[in-house]
Amino acid sequence: MSSGDIGVGPGDSSFAEAGPELIQLLTPEGERVEHPDYSIEISPEELRAIYRDLALVRRIDVEATALQRQGELGIWASLLGQEGAQIGAGWALEADDMAFPTYREHGVAWCRKVDPLDIISLFRGCDNGAWDPVATMFNLYTVVIGAQCLHAVGYAMGMQRDGGNGATLAFFGDGATSQGDVNESFIWASVFAAPVVFFCQNNQYAISEPIEKQSRIPLFQRARGFGFPGVRVDGNDVLAVLAVTRKALDAARTGQGPTFIEAYTYRMGAHTTSDDPSRYRLASEMEAWKLKDPIERVRAYLIRSGYADADFFAGIDAEADELAARIRQGTVEMPDPDPDSMFANVYAEQTPYLTEQAAGFAEYHASFATAEQEA
Amino acid sequence: MAPVTRPSTSVTLGKAINMGLRKAMEDDPKVLLMGEDIGKLGGVFRVTDGLQKDFGEDRVIDTPLAESGILGTAVGLAMRGFRPVCEIQFDGFIFPAYNQIVTQVAKIHSRSRGKLPMRIVIRVPFGGGIGAVEHHSESPEAYFSHTAGLKVVACSNPVDAYWMIQQAIRAEDPVLFFEPKRRYWEKAELDTSATPGPLFVTSVVRPGDDCTVLAYGPMVKTSLQAASAVEAEGRSLEVIDLRTLSPLDLDPVYDSVRRTGRCVVVHEAPTNLGLGAEIAARITERCFYSLEAPVLRVGGYDTPYPPSKIEEDYLPDLDRVLDAVDRTFAF
Repeated sequence: MSSGDIGVGPGDSSFAEAGPELIQLLTPEGERVEHPDYSIEISPEELRAIYRDLALVRRIDVEATALQRQGELGIWASLLGQEGAQIGAGWALEADDMAFPTYREHGVAWCRKVDPLDIISLFRGCDNGAWDPVATMFNLYTVVIGAQCLHAVGYAMGMQRDGGNGATLAFFGDGATSQGDVNESFIWASVFAAPVVFFCQNNQYAISEPIEKQSRIPLFQRARGFGFPGVRVDGNDVLAVLAVTRKALDAARTGQGPTFIEAYTYRMGAHTTSDDPSRYRLASEMEAWKLKDPIERVRAYLIRSGYADADFFAGIDAEADELAARIRQGTVEMPDPDPDSMFANVYAEQTPYLTEQAAGFAEYHASFATAEQEA
Repeated sequence: MAPVTRPSTSVTLGKAINMGLRKAMEDDPKVLLMGEDIGKLGGVFRVTDGLQKDFGEDRVIDTPLAESGILGTAVGLAMRGFRPVCEIQFDGFIFPAYNQIVTQVAKIHSRSRGKLPMRIVIRVPFGGGIGAVEHHSESPEAYFSHTAGLKVVACSNPVDAYWMIQQAIRAEDPVLFFEPKRRYWEKAELDTSATPGPLFVTSVVRPGDDCTVLAYGPMVKTSLQAASAVEAEGRSLEVIDLRTLSPLDLDPVYDSVRRTGRCVVVHEAPTNLGLGAEIAARITERCFYSLEAPVLRVGGYDTPYPPSKIEEDYLPDLDRVLDAVDRTFAF
């Protein structure tokens, strides 16, 4: 039997394309459509605010990529093309919810009021992220693929035990669904009915490997085997993502257990600035996805419905330019950390040995200053 | 007749940990136990016996059978302000959780510049000598002692076990807590009204003048037996129970070696790049002019832990300790 006989795989339309299960409320052309299970009440003012978030986050991303190209950042992980998925998810979060990002959730970070410069500092090599994960309820970026999904479940189990009102939102990519930790997190969440929502951005690639290298069935269908619902939403439709994520978080908060959301999207940029996608994918694929751009469809809808005029868009563009300038200036002026800061916070209660090592480090460096004075 | 009060009772090492866990859970509602078979069964070694009955399933959590899941969810619980105590059923099963321990548990306090506490205790029954199958007799402490951000301790007797587990749970940093599984049934008098010393401190358990013998966990008893055996020959060994493996507390060791001039380090773990190697290096750095002989190591061989019919040939015993002591005197 050839692999095609099992009905899934690269040749199967439900696999290569989003398929009929795709939840959509705003078409790529900017038309509002209804869905039997998901609806959204949203005011023109909120729509404009969503557009603003989408546009500003893309501008941050473009600026960061440029800063990397100019040698100001060591690396940058672009979110280009995933703004709809991230702003939709970010808008669904309430104050008591806790988000567990990978290293690409700059859009969710923006919704959690994280200063973009506190993310940039990580990619510049100054720290591991400068924001306060407790104050922002946005965990620090986790670079080991999928490890944060278990943290999100554990945190949710904590909410169950201390009477918290929130839920957790665990972010991960299509590649991460192959990780043991991610699968273990599904099992834990299911068994303990933990208030967690799994938000998978299927951007079609894990660096170079297409989704076919990770799965023989559509990802959202896996949830059923773990004992909770899985849904596939148009990840480039910010309204559908918001509606689906909001409903899933509500269910989690009210004791109905986890949901798996597959946000079907596309990584329009490289994996990171160190990557070269021309080695593994066709330009024509990118052109097809450009027609599904998450920002253009909101813009079209705003214009079509008369909710925004040229002045509004000009205002957003000007604000984006200001933001980019602030990021550029903040980046180039960002000081290097003190070398002796590497010894801080290794432990809550520093060991005598490390204290001794830190003192030796300081003494060694001071010896150069002494030698210079004597010379 | 007035009731007889018995502040001091004879307990096994396993029971002492059980009592310590119970006390820690009574003292702090944020303390949770997590692990495989720790609830109704009370753990495969019965160390958590009766705790689920008294504290409920939300605080004594029978987990799915996945060690990375235990540690990964413990990280989330710790971020939320809980103090999870994770049981790894056997030493050789800690490796599925190794990634979470080394990349997350060890680094999150540093990564978050102190914003996210990692108050997690990882209990590990370790070492051989119980006639078990593969993966049930290992001594993986060096992997964790090598990792910044973790603290590592090993208890050797019921009294220390009772106090050290409570202190590890109260600690502000993640602690690997190694339990000498073949000593679980050893008994000692435990006075729960006593005042314990600090956790990360090494202790001289038998004073002596001629050679310093360092050990921890199951090898402390073996080393004490060696000291008794040579007493009749007029040779006096000072036995030190390291107790804390990371950080090491070597000031008492330096004091001892400066007096004796000789030192033997004993552990079940393979000697290559084990705790003994680091300790020998540090003693050489600090006590070079006091040494009459090189610091010698007695440990497991650099092989996989062997099948149980020949494990006695692998494990350091009284004779191998004394052989090393003899060799230090040959210099």
